[in-house]
Amino acid sequence: MAYSDKVIDHYENPRNVGSLDKSDEAVGTGIVGAPACGDVMKLQIKVEDDVITEAKFKTYGCGSAIASSSLVTEWVKGMKIDEAEQIKNSQIAEELSLPPVKIHCSVLAEDAIKAAIADYRDKKKG
Amino acid sequence: MSVQTPIYMDYAATCPVDERVLAAMLPFFSQHFGNAASRTHKFGWEAEEAVDKARNQIASVIGASAKEIVLTSGATEANNLAIKGVAEYLREKGNHIITAVTEHKAVIDTCKYLERNGCEVTWLPIQADGRVDLAELEAAFRPETILVSLMFANNETGVIQDVAKIGALCRARKVLFHTDAVQAFGKVPIDVEAMKIDLLSISAHKIYGPKGIGALYVRRRRPRVRLAPQIHGGGHERGNRSGTLAVPLIVGFGAAAELAQRDLADESTRILGLREHLRTRLTEEIPESIVNGSVDQRLPGTLNVSFSYVEGESLLMGLKDVAVSSGSACTSASLEPSYVLRAMGLNDELAHSSLRITIGRMTTQEEVDYVVDRIKENVERLREMSPLWEMVQEGIDLASIEWTAH
Repeated sequence: MAYSDKVIDHYENPRNVGSLDKSDEAVGTGIVGAPACGDVMKLQIKVEDDVITEAKFKTYGCGSAIASSSLVTEWVKGMKIDEAEQIKNSQIAEELSLPPVKIHCSVLAEDAIKAAIADYRDKKKG
Repeated sequence: MSVQTPIYMDYAATCPVDERVLAAMLPFFSQHFGNAASRTHKFGWEAEEAVDKARNQIASVIGASAKEIVLTSGATEANNLAIKGVAEYLREKGNHIITAVTEHKAVIDTCKYLERNGCEVTWLPIQADGRVDLAELEAAFRPETILVSLMFANNETGVIQDVAKIGALCRARKVLFHTDAVQAFGKVPIDVEAMKIDLLSISAHKIYGPKGIGALYVRRRRPRVRLAPQIHGGGHERGNRSGTLAVPLIVGFGAAAELAQRDLADESTRILGLREHLRTRLTEEIPESIVNGSVDQRLPGTLNVSFSYVEGESLLMGLKDVAVSSGSACTSASLEPSYVLRAMGLNDELAHSSLRITIGRMTTQEEVDYVVDRIKENVERLREMSPLWEMVQEGIDLASIEWTAH
């Protein structure tokens, strides 16, 4: 199977790998997927005045899963959380030219950002 | 010493044709091109003679006689012929077949086909070391059992079954024993007499011969095994398999078999040395790397190893200039991780993290060292990126987490 240049680029030079302090009030953490399915994504965002100022990820999964999560961290930085919530998996799949068998990787990345935002909102509600 | 890339370490998938084998084949394309079934002229006789020689070379590797070798298009066809051929021929006698869940798809899907057509199949489970529990095999025999089909060595793990004991159990019950020996043929000693094997499938391209040719050994004495043919036509191969013989491929198969037999002891010692170097370096230098299947009872050249918390396809992607294969779901069309590793009790996560590395005739120690270095680098890099590795470092038990399956 041939990977697109963008997938290879994100795999070889992943953006924003790492972790934020999950106990920080301003940090939202989303963990989606399952080891049994072959992919787990952890995506974290730091929010100031409803704007995402930082995003970090760690992913266990195939190259397309790593690329999808890396891409999403790049996109959401500087976005308002309402905007970030609108990101669709189809946009990710299109940007990375994912083949049909890898669409679930982009779905997982969409789920991860939504889960991180939900976690942040829960924290704020207290 | 520098190595030439890309490096091929997937010899269980296929092998390059040995130059000596190719040289033996070439005259049979346009010079000695006769049809081995032409009895009326020299062209035919030459071809027949070449085929007979090859048949002897192949038979000799397993202690059989040339008349017991039925040439086929490959081992998939040989497995189909053995299993369907016996089931059809012995229909009156019984309809029960015993096999195992870790067989090659060519055996599994053939048995499933027979299951849909009136046969009963017992699917033996496999132990953690990749071997069949002989007590379970013994318990599976029924009065209507006609065939046991268990592979000699597994294609994913390289684990070797206790073939001689299985053969003895079958013979004592007058049940035919078929073994898919594709991976073992020419790699470890095989003796169809001592091991009481009645049918045995082999393929040329796993022993540095050409693709598109294989054979089924069919025992002729004590007991004489009879098959219902699956390909009908001109009555070639004593009626067992019709179709014009692929003389150049058969000559290549014979030459490859002779080389394999002649060099078996030296080559398997050398390859085992490299395999053990590979295994020791990987398991000592990469924490939480696990060899899948018995270490002792395995083919010299095959290693299957899981690197926990790293997904196999992403690891392969990092090993750009190294050709190996993975048990990860993502490398297969089905999105299911290896059924062989699952059957051995590996959890999905470890099955997703596995690599199969196979060493062959052309492999050097420098290549093995290069591959280990690349694997090590990539496992370290991907673990830095792995949330599972991070959790484990923090002391979190992954089994305690409620994952969202998708």
